[in-house]
Amino acid sequence: MAAPLGTGAFTEETGQEKQDAQEKDRAVPPERAEEAKLKAKYPNLGQKPGGSDFLMKRLQKGQKYFDSGDYNMAKAKMKNKQLPSAGPDKNLVTGDHIPTPQDLPQRKSSLVTSKLAG
Amino acid sequence: SLAGFGSLMQDVLWCFSQVKGTIDTGVTEADIISTVEFNHTGELLATGDKGGRVVIFQREQESKNQPHRRGEYNVYSTFQSHEPEFDYLKSLEIEEKINKIRWLPQQNAAYFLLSTNDKTVKLWKVSERDKRPEGYNLKDEDGRLRDPSMITVLRVPVLRPMDLMVEATPRRVFANAHTYHINSISVNSDYETYMSADDLRINLWNFEITNQSFNIVDIKPANMEELTEVITAAEFHPHHCNTFVYSSSKGTIRLCDMRTAALCDRHAKFFEEPEDPSNRSFFSEIISSISDVKFSHSGRYIMTRDYLTVKVWDLNMENRPIETYQVHDYLRSKLCSLYENDCIFDKFECVWNGSDSVIMTGSYNNFFRMFDRNTKRDVTLEASRENSKPRAILKPRKVCVGGKRRKDEISVDSLDFSKKILHTAWHPSENIIAVAATNNLYIFQDKVN
Repeated sequence: MAAPLGTGAFTEETGQEKQDAQEKDRAVPPERAEEAKLKAKYPNLGQKPGGSDFLMKRLQKGQKYFDSGDYNMAKAKMKNKQLPSAGPDKNLVTGDHIPTPQDLPQRKSSLVTSKLAG
Repeated sequence: SLAGFGSLMQDVLWCFSQVKGTIDTGVTEADIISTVEFNHTGELLATGDKGGRVVIFQREQESKNQPHRRGEYNVYSTFQSHEPEFDYLKSLEIEEKINKIRWLPQQNAAYFLLSTNDKTVKLWKVSERDKRPEGYNLKDEDGRLRDPSMITVLRVPVLRPMDLMVEATPRRVFANAHTYHINSISVNSDYETYMSADDLRINLWNFEITNQSFNIVDIKPANMEELTEVITAAEFHPHHCNTFVYSSSKGTIRLCDMRTAALCDRHAKFFEEPEDPSNRSFFSEIISSISDVKFSHSGRYIMTRDYLTVKVWDLNMENRPIETYQVHDYLRSKLCSLYENDCIFDKFECVWNGSDSVIMTGSYNNFFRMFDRNTKRDVTLEASRENSKPRAILKPRKVCVGGKRRKDEISVDSLDFSKKILHTAWHPSENIIAVAATNNLYIFQDKVN
């Protein structure tokens, strides 16, 4: 026996009346509360969230920087020291870090047939 | 009974039909399905994956002996569409992931589809071969060349039947036209042209010409520091070959008319819902980014999907949508962690049913949602192996948002955010849906009798 269909997922074009009704009891709307949580965790978070930073990251997807000249010069300078290894986010271009061949992901070899066709 | 009024959602009981793919404990990244699309008759169903492969399923002819096996989909063809590439000039790694597949309407015995990755669009021809010529004079049956001086008798080669072979061949490669990443392709109703859209530009192509394309939209600012929005999706009007829409990361939709100018940077219509400034937060713009835009089959409406809602807009009303449906509003109080795990950037798609009366979109935990535009009722269903007995009726699911959780409800904190339904497809005329759940493809049909 089927459960009753959901209710209240449709809202009139005047907006989030359902949401507002729930919020009347709360001081802070959920989005703002979440924002406060985020800012508490990351105090240095920029003020322009939807702006350039996100978009630039999106546009830079797939960018891998490796300059063999830089790499060899850095290696020569730091002959006796370890080269700095990549940070947690390998996709971000950072000024001080010299990418190494080990940092670059492996090129993929030829692929097998899709399992959907199996 | 309301049978005379078309397929109202409460009359439809969705049943499991088929599932494709393996039950692996770990998912190979290449197997993640990245696009699903029925062709215009619903006879064929294509999937693309992260590994650059396309698999096409064909619906079997209905059998009188097995009326409840209402035309199952079986593998028809599979091929490697795109390979990984590295652009050495720009130090850019180009994924082979198939972002979109779009079918061309069928004009002869062969099937044609467009498939695209981030940079290159390809036109594939899928055709059947069931005969082959035999009896050549200059080569024998194994293909070895015969010595012409040894031939004393001439024969006429004849066509003989052979086992059916389905071949996929790349007929056109449309490359080097996109600096940024292609998010959409759309075939025009003139069947002669199509468009491809990346983050900042939209190009118009003629199917016959691969070394040229017209740039019809360019929103790249002169100074990239001034960049405030990107193009997220684009589609041609289903009937008017001069009209198309594109959506943005700021939650707006622009409708353009190619008759007005060669470069359609100035829109003919601009759709935007006014925002309540008191509701604005760090997340507002991110969750308003439109991840998909689809014209209704009628061409009268457009549907957009942003992170938490699906909206239907009337082309004649630009200042607000006519309908807004909450997909998973309970996530509003989880935005902080969804931002931290990047889920807030997930791009969900949305689809219309054949009669434009019901819309469908995916969510997390392998849930997907349907909204009936006429009755305003909605349902949440789940694609899972547990509900995968043949013709098993899918039981509606419910997320508990606080307070007492009923026995068969699931709490928001128990949702699996790694199980996302980003891609779904609805058969053009029947109640058959295809739902991509990571590396598995589920096919559901409405109950027969």
